[in-house]
Amino acid sequence: MILARAEQVSRRYGEVLALDRVDLTVRSGELVGLLGPNGAGKSTLINLLVGLRRPTAGRVELCGGDPRDPASRRQLGVTPQETGLPGTLRVGEVVDFVSAHFPDPVPRGELLDRFGLADQVRRQTGGLSGGQRRRLAVALAFVGRPRLVVLDEPTTGLDVEARHALWDAIRGFHADGGTVLLSSHYLEEVEALAQRVVVIGHGRVLADDSVAAIRGIVGVRRVSLVADDLPALPGVVATERADGRVHLLTTDADQLVRDLVTSGVPFRDLEVRPTSLEEAFLAITADDRPAPTPA
Amino acid sequence: MPLALVHARYQLMEIVRVPVAVFGSAFFPAASMLFFVVPFADDDPTGATYATAAMVTFAVMTANIFQYGVGVAEDRDQPWNPYTRTLPAGPAPRLAGRILAGLVLTYVSMIPVVVIAAVATEARVSAVQFLLGLGAVAVASVPFTLLGLAIGYSLPSKAAIVVAQVVFFPLAFGGGLLSGPDDAPGFIKAIAPYLPTRGAVELIWAAVTDWQPDPRALVMLVVWVVALAAVAGWAYRRDEGRRFS
Repeated sequence: MILARAEQVSRRYGEVLALDRVDLTVRSGELVGLLGPNGAGKSTLINLLVGLRRPTAGRVELCGGDPRDPASRRQLGVTPQETGLPGTLRVGEVVDFVSAHFPDPVPRGELLDRFGLADQVRRQTGGLSGGQRRRLAVALAFVGRPRLVVLDEPTTGLDVEARHALWDAIRGFHADGGTVLLSSHYLEEVEALAQRVVVIGHGRVLADDSVAAIRGIVGVRRVSLVADDLPALPGVVATERADGRVHLLTTDADQLVRDLVTSGVPFRDLEVRPTSLEEAFLAITADDRPAPTPA
Repeated sequence: MPLALVHARYQLMEIVRVPVAVFGSAFFPAASMLFFVVPFADDDPTGATYATAAMVTFAVMTANIFQYGVGVAEDRDQPWNPYTRTLPAGPAPRLAGRILAGLVLTYVSMIPVVVIAAVATEARVSAVQFLLGLGAVAVASVPFTLLGLAIGYSLPSKAAIVVAQVVFFPLAFGGGLLSGPDDAPGFIKAIAPYLPTRGAVELIWAAVTDWQPDPRALVMLVVWVVALAAVAGWAYRRDEGRRFS
């Protein structure tokens, strides 16, 4: 069963095309990661799927209906941005407020326990630490016993321990049959949670594949050096020349360096850097740049 | 509890925890009462009652224009607002809750005016007139609620504050709230019937005295309500939270 779907969806903000003919399908029981750099269009896509905005073109569907129809959102759980919690309300009050919208909400104590907030029930949300606010925000997505939970950057700004605690909660929900759509700009987070990754860049779906396949693409490293002539080297995904340096993008930097040395070509100023997601995808998929030279 | 009441309750809880917000909408009418009504009311019960009713209208107008105009615009700036729009409820409970909370605050903001009138002037109403007056206040708040919603849903909060201030002053003076029913300056007499403030105050006068309301002002009040409802509805539908360009 399909819980969320975008079909050839575009969304324009004035001059900016935030989404460009995007297709996405989330089926029941999946845990899908939406990966991409900031500004790629992840949040826009999520806003369309949860009914906050209307697409400029194309169609979005949530639980078989229009996401802007409240009935379609009955089995949806969404996380508010942590900065958006009403600061004067107490933790328990915020949970009660959200619970009032659902027919069979998770009891308040049980929910707060699950997210380690049981002791904060009387605190005003404005007085919580950043980590507690984030946990409360994520907890709110689970109040209504949703089938689909949509988490937009759920752990941004959290320390490692808090992040792992949240991951456990998300995994637990998925293990019980829940469906999750999660956006992140951390590959690590998506790797830890998702089975399927959809990579978004410049408003388009660049890849939609298993975690392993995506890791192969975004695990690209940049080996840069100064050299006159290079022989063809195995494992090079793309070659660029800029400012007198040669940049080789590869999925296996160690092997590339070994090959370089054994080839005997003179070179100097060797650098190996990880590429950012953005770089990796731009290098591989951008069509508005000089086509990368295949190795 | 119906969702509209849940929303009203939380609106009020948020407001009450920052009490200065309530103080703001009660202050202007109470201060105007002390400066413009109490010193001039002498011992004329009729004049004092008219003037008090005008200040009540003033309170109704201020409370509603600012609460909705500025309150809605500020809420739209907060990320909490888009979140509540992902909950499985349409706009109706949220709007109804907001209006209920607004009505409660409107009544609260006119308490100082009524207390000052009872203590410091000769203004007097019967119990029946008092109850009629409470009903008239609810009706009179409709155009200002709609005006506030129109401002709040169509403008960013910084602009909404300015527009609310710019709008409320001419409405108060032009509608003749700061002069008695018959002794307003000529140009105010000429324009007042066409402003929503006049229709509103005439309603309240009619409720608490034996004033015969001017039909022109009442017809114009209905026209204003229809027009403002159209603008507020349009602004609400085109709103998608914060605006980006």
